[in-house]
Amino acid sequence: MARLRARSRRGPAQSHNPMPEAAISEALARRKRRDGWFALAGLLIMLAAVLTLVLLLAQLLVDGLPRLSLEFFVEFPSRFPQRAGIYSAWIGTLLVMLVTAFVAVPLGVAAGLYLEEYARRNWLTDLIEINVSNLAGVPSIIYGLLALGLFVNRFSLGQSIAAAGLTLALLIIPVVIVATREAIRAVPRNMREAAYAMGTTQWQMVAHHVLPYSTGSILTGIIIGLSRAIGETAPVITIGALTFIAFLPEAPIGGEFPYINFNWLDAPFTLLPIQIFNWLSRPQTEFHANAAAAALVLIALTLCMNATAIYLRYRYRRRVQW
Amino acid sequence: MAHEPLTVMAQLSVSATTKAHLAKRQRVDRWVRRILFLAAALSVLVTVAIVYILLSESIQFFRQVPLLSFLTDRQWTPLFSDAHFGILPLLSATLVVAAIALLVAVPGGTLVAIYLSEFAPVKVRDTTKPVLELLGAIPTVVYGYFALLFVTPLLQKLMPELPGFNLLAPGLVMGVMIIPYISSISEDAMRAVPRQLREASYAMGATRLQTASRVVFPTAFSGIAAAYILGMSRAIGETMVVAIAAGLQPNFTMNPLEPAATMTAYIVQVSMGDVPHGSIAYQTIFAVGLTLFSITLLFNALGLLLRKRIREVY
Repeated sequence: MARLRARSRRGPAQSHNPMPEAAISEALARRKRRDGWFALAGLLIMLAAVLTLVLLLAQLLVDGLPRLSLEFFVEFPSRFPQRAGIYSAWIGTLLVMLVTAFVAVPLGVAAGLYLEEYARRNWLTDLIEINVSNLAGVPSIIYGLLALGLFVNRFSLGQSIAAAGLTLALLIIPVVIVATREAIRAVPRNMREAAYAMGTTQWQMVAHHVLPYSTGSILTGIIIGLSRAIGETAPVITIGALTFIAFLPEAPIGGEFPYINFNWLDAPFTLLPIQIFNWLSRPQTEFHANAAAAALVLIALTLCMNATAIYLRYRYRRRVQW
Repeated sequence: MAHEPLTVMAQLSVSATTKAHLAKRQRVDRWVRRILFLAAALSVLVTVAIVYILLSESIQFFRQVPLLSFLTDRQWTPLFSDAHFGILPLLSATLVVAAIALLVAVPGGTLVAIYLSEFAPVKVRDTTKPVLELLGAIPTVVYGYFALLFVTPLLQKLMPELPGFNLLAPGLVMGVMIIPYISSISEDAMRAVPRQLREASYAMGATRLQTASRVVFPTAFSGIAAAYILGMSRAIGETMVVAIAAGLQPNFTMNPLEPAATMTAYIVQVSMGDVPHGSIAYQTIFAVGLTLFSITLLFNALGLLLRKRIREVY
């Protein structure tokens, strides 16, 4: 490029004597080659990123696959690496996600709905919007400190499933809000006008039209948010999740009347990522194999959730044609 | 939206039951609106709560440790009997890791974004974007595993003196982790560049690379800069990768080949131990958290501002 520019700067002086044709086609070919090289570089970088993913998975498979057995899923943590398992960890993850989804989904969808469908343009709306974008960028460990100061110590929820679920819910609410907004922004205006023309109130219009049309995309956002929460470690460590839990919380369903209980919300817990971190930070390398096996389970979970989300998005995008 | 779909209705003569029915609908509508507003307003409350908690605990901390020594002391030994509370060692490690991560992620993310937005055929784009998204979806604790047990041993083959914990490996891994984040924001910015600008450039005989580097990139630069800044803030706030692979010893160094604890790693380390509520050690993590929050807030605000600008230009 520099050479081309240099030549054109000399241009006026030589204007009576234009570049020979061979030189022009040579310059053109060079430009084309640069184009090709650049495209190749872009492709290579992307392949390198993908290769990282492959290497990472391969490393985990090599280290962890031998430990991955049925017993691994139904054994509690143990001092003996061969006997240790992730029973309490995956049950804990499941229960915490239950709380997170229960809190984050209604709040996130409602807030997204308000901001996109109801809010008038004024300073209050601007404030809320800036605030949501900013919350999405707050490091997750700060949410952990918030939870430690607020939920654990001021609200005395202690180091419980409820505290962890709430923390992760706060963390993913911005994700759900943004997804909800994008989803309902895609619903065309004439749908709304048509509903109003039938004499609906705004809420009827939203509940009968906007929400059903955008359910698929909202669901995608919720799944992506939850898959992020499932892998989050830092904020839950800050709350003080225990790493050695050799019992299960009380089952939420079953037993006597009324068949549902909430005692499990109070229970101490451990989670898959916490268990991985704990095993990784031990000096004995035998535990690293356990960490790899648990990481495989965790990755399988997040990848499944993400794949579902991507599939849903793809399917809805193809099916809905305005 | 200021729709008033019922004003016409009001002028028609309607029966009392219909009127009651309509009034009820309006009541429901109003209540729904209020509830939705509360949900949206709650997000502001979360920010207020974060600031309140961080400040109220940090104030306790700064009653015992003067701000000046917090900012200038070169040692961070809050749990020793000879306690020093200088944030510099934690800050330096944080910045070194973030710098390494950006050295990987900025060129990588930019190239990927330019490639995806200007070069890639639709088919390539549609298949690679989900894979890139997956790269961003892997839990960070797994990246920590990768940095500690794959990248560090690999680097040790090249540099035998490299300790098992170091700043280089987590920095590199974090860089790869942030590539999808930077590339997706930059790509959005480049996609927002109007088509006419590209067409004009092509009409002058420019190649795709020339169009990308001299027309699209400069036009979208404020959005791309936003991507860099938001990526920086991500790298500074990232926790698990460094807590696992960079070590937990505070160490005032700029050398990426040494182990050192970042701000986030320190918070993790203290939280894992049993620190009594109200002790100075408990307050330190909030003081460090406040520092971290202020830095990322600054970067985020700057990034959002730049990002907003690209939407307003066209």
